[in-house]
Order: sequence, then C-alpha cells, then structure tokens
Amino acid sequence: MITLSKLAKTFQTRDGQVTAVDHIDLSIEKGEIFGVIGYSGAGKSTLIRLLNMLETPSSGQVTIAGKNMNELSGKGLRQARQEIGMIFQHFNLLWSRTVADNIAFPLEIKGMPKSEQKKRVNELIKLVGLEGRGGSYPSQLSGGQKQRVGIARALANNPKVLLCDEATSALDPKTTDSILDLLVDINKKLNLTIVLITHEMHVIRKICHRVAVMENGRIAEQGPVLDIFKRPKEEMTKEFVKQVTEPEETEEAIRHLFKDDGIGRVLQLTFTGSDAKRSLITDVVRKYDVSVSILQGKISQTQHGSYGSLFVSVTGDNQLIDETIAFIRSQQVEVEVIHGE
Amino acid sequence: MNKILAANGWLFPNVNWENMWDATGETIYMSVIALAFTFIFGILLGLLLFLTDKGQLWQNKAVHAVTAAYVNIFRSIPFIILIVLLIPFTRSLIGTMLGPSAALPALIIGAAPFYARMVEIALREIDKGVIEASKSMGASNRQIIFKVLLPESMPALVSGITVTAIALVSYTAMAGVIGAGGLGDLAYRDGFQRNNSDITLVATIVVLIIVFIFQFIGDYLTNKLDKR
Repeated sequence: MITLSKLAKTFQTRDGQVTAVDHIDLSIEKGEIFGVIGYSGAGKSTLIRLLNMLETPSSGQVTIAGKNMNELSGKGLRQARQEIGMIFQHFNLLWSRTVADNIAFPLEIKGMPKSEQKKRVNELIKLVGLEGRGGSYPSQLSGGQKQRVGIARALANNPKVLLCDEATSALDPKTTDSILDLLVDINKKLNLTIVLITHEMHVIRKICHRVAVMENGRIAEQGPVLDIFKRPKEEMTKEFVKQVTEPEETEEAIRHLFKDDGIGRVLQLTFTGSDAKRSLITDVVRKYDVSVSILQGKISQTQHGSYGSLFVSVTGDNQLIDETIAFIRSQQVEVEVIHGE
Repeated sequence: MNKILAANGWLFPNVNWENMWDATGETIYMSVIALAFTFIFGILLGLLLFLTDKGQLWQNKAVHAVTAAYVNIFRSIPFIILIVLLIPFTRSLIGTMLGPSAALPALIIGAAPFYARMVEIALREIDKGVIEASKSMGASNRQIIFKVLLPESMPALVSGITVTAIALVSYTAMAGVIGAGGLGDLAYRDGFQRNNSDITLVATIVVLIIVFIFQFIGDYLTNKLDKR
C-alpha cells in the first residue's frame, strides 16, 4: 500500500545541514496499523509529512496506492492528497466553522454537491460518535471531541490511508484510549491503512500491528509489535518497551521485599502471546509442593495477544523449586530468577 | 419649540444647522466610500504581503519587497502632505479638486496601506497547522485563501477596519484643506478662522458621535464573528 525507498530529507539551517530523514526504506501493507515511535527530534514528524508531500523529499521515492507521490504536482497532487486523510496533535480545526461545516470542508474542496455533503456529514458524525454536536463550534468541544471531528474530517473523502501525527499526545489517558478504540474500529470497519507516529509506547502496544523505532532519521528496528515487545534488540527499543511493561517503581518495590526473611526465590515470569491467559500458577501449586505468592504483575494487551510480566516469590524445598522453574520454562514462559540462589 | 430655538440661539448663536447637517453628510460620505475601497484594497495588499512572504503559499522575494516598500512609504507620509502630493493625480482622476469626491483618492491611498499591515498581522495570527491541514486535504491556494485565511481572520479583519474607519474620519477633517468639505472644514473655516468657537464645538461633538457609532458597529460585528 505504501512503499518508501531510499527516502531522505535534509534541511538547511543556520548551523549547517540537518538530515531529518536518512534514506529510509519501508513498506506498509493494506489494512495495517503501522506505528512509528521515537523521541522528539528523531525525524518522525518529517517522515509522516513526506508521505503526503507536505514536505518534499530531498531524494528517494514515496508510492502510495500505486501512485508515485513525489512525481505529482499541482492538480494531480491535490487529488492524491484527497485520498490520504490526516489528523494532527492539535486537531487543526477551523474555529470559524461548526463541527458539521468542518467535516464538510474536504467535501467542499473536492466539489461535492451540497445535498450529498449533508448526507455524508451525517454519516461521519455518527461514525465518530458525535451525534447532536454538529451545530457546535470547536471551542465548545473537549479535546477528545475535537479529535473526533478531526477523524471525521480526515475520513470524509473515503481515503485509502490515514496519517496520524501524534494524534493522542495532547489528550489525557482516558480520552487517548477512547480515540485509539475509535481508530481500531475504523481500521476494521473500513479496512483502512493507518500510519501513526507517537512517542508513547502505550499507543503502539494498544493498536499497532507493526512498529518501527526511529532514531536520528533512521529506522533502528522494526517488526510485529509482539516480537518487538518480546525481543527488543536496540537499547532505545528496550526503553520504550519498559514504558508499558514495567512501571518505574516495580524494581524498587520488589527490591525492598528482598530484605525480608523467608522471601524465597523471586522469579520474573514473562508471558507473550496467548500464554498470559493460562492458569499457570494453579498448575504449579497443584503439581509441586511449593508456595507461590504474587508480588507484582502487569499484563498488557496488544493487537496480537497479550504481553506481560509477573513477579512471584516461591518458597519450599530447593529441589522442588528447581523443578518448578523447569516446569514453567517448559510452558514457554520466560523465567528469570532475580533473587535467591 | 420656541424655547428650544431660543436656547439654541443662546447656546450656539453662530451655528447654521443646515450647514452643519450638510457637512455631516459630507464627512459620512467621504468616510464610508473611502472605507469600502480601503477594505478591498487593504485586504488585497495585506494578502499579497502575507502570501509572498518567506515560507508562504506564493513566496516571492521581489513582489514582497515591492509591496512592503509601497505600504511602508504611503503609510509613513503624513496625510496632509499626501493630499498635496496627490493633487495632480486626483485632478486627472476626478477632474476637480473640490468637493468630497476629490478627497477620496488621497483617503484611500493613505488608509489602504495602513489597513494592509493590520490585515497582514491578522493573517499571521492564523495557526499554521490549520493551513497545513487544508493542504493535506488537497485544497488549492484559492480555496485556502477564500475558505481558510479570510474566514479564520475575519474578526481581526473587522476590528482592524474599525480602527481604520476612525483614522479615516480624522483624515477627512484634514482633507478639508483641499476644499473637500465636511465637518473638519466647517470647524476650521467657519469655527476657527472666524472665531466662532460654538461651531467648532458642535462639529467636534458630531465627529465624536460618528466615531462612537463606527466603534460600536465594529465591536458588535467582531464579537458576533468570533467563535473562538
């Protein structure tokens, strides 16, 4: 659906040339939710703007739905852009227009007759769950509602691709979740290809199928979200993964427990895929004469199954504990002994 | 009725109300016509200034420099001098130097650059993200100008034209020098030069009333248009 080859963008600044995007090759499939994560300055904003030519590439090619974007100009480019929706961190709505008129804006640009516009706007308002708010002005809406208007507007011309530029970064966690749910819903309903950039691993974990980690204008690592969570290779990827799997205070809290007598052996179990739902702990205590107490745990859902870690302490006969660990390992759950011999 | 007339004769013995009424009409005529043209030319100039600037839709150094120079020069010339400088131009355009219509070219040429700068500032205030979003939807430059730039800056454009309107009213008073008529002319010739301070006072009050009315209409429209 989207193919980037040797795509590069350099900016001329007072301090010399800055390479924001450094010869990136990437391909994104139809119907996929593809995430790009990176810290600010990694070049992800430039990358997403290169897709619809809001930034013109210094070199390389962008192909979207069979169209070679960097060869288009004028009318051809404008028509191609009508097939690529985009939503923004700060929504970028026209405050002088009502919700309905904002959503009608891209339809006006395309030149759709007024009567059809009205019908389409009503469909979109329903799709994003803003019934009854069509006559309001953006200033009367909350952040989440504004982003819903942004999404409706981006979908108005039935695009093949939706670009999300930090679409949830200005929203609170609860609103973020509801917007992400909406995006997944739209992805399934319309089989829409979504490309999103973010600095929050939470967003990647929750909705993306595949992810690319970006650093200094290059893609450091990419792959299916679950694989990246299971086996992050780059140091930066590990940091991002930690954002969602381990709350910062986890280690501290657990280390504190190590001082207690009789804590036994502390294990960190890492579940991936569907394993997280199995009754592993029950199996263990039924099978072996050990006591297991749960210290801390966190399971996260991704689009391809769950991922999580569980901290348990196991007390009992040493021999039995070894057997227990071997058993857990045989269940395809990763075990790391973090305290005790 | 007689009492009022008597009081009138006592308070403002030298005021000829018919002349005052005519002068008011001339002032309003000059202000409103000049304002209408200033609005159009000011927006055109302001758009040109904004759009040809660096990083904007029609980025063009040469056109920007020429427009900016024109705006700066005509905004800087004191109005009273501008009128005199424009006498040949006005004569060839209107055919005479007398009457309110003869003041219009100088009024418009003086006020449009003043308003153009305000238009430019108003357009700069528009969030760049909104323009970017419009581009991402495939809007043409014409669509961006008429559907985004002008509507989104309308409250600032209206409050700018209100300020310009008030400046124009004071310009019309100066235009009296070239025989344009109006309240300024009346206050100067019949009031000051013939030492009838009551005429000057009444003319001033009428000018103030006109200014207040412009301000009121401008504020009302600005509030009505602003949905932020």
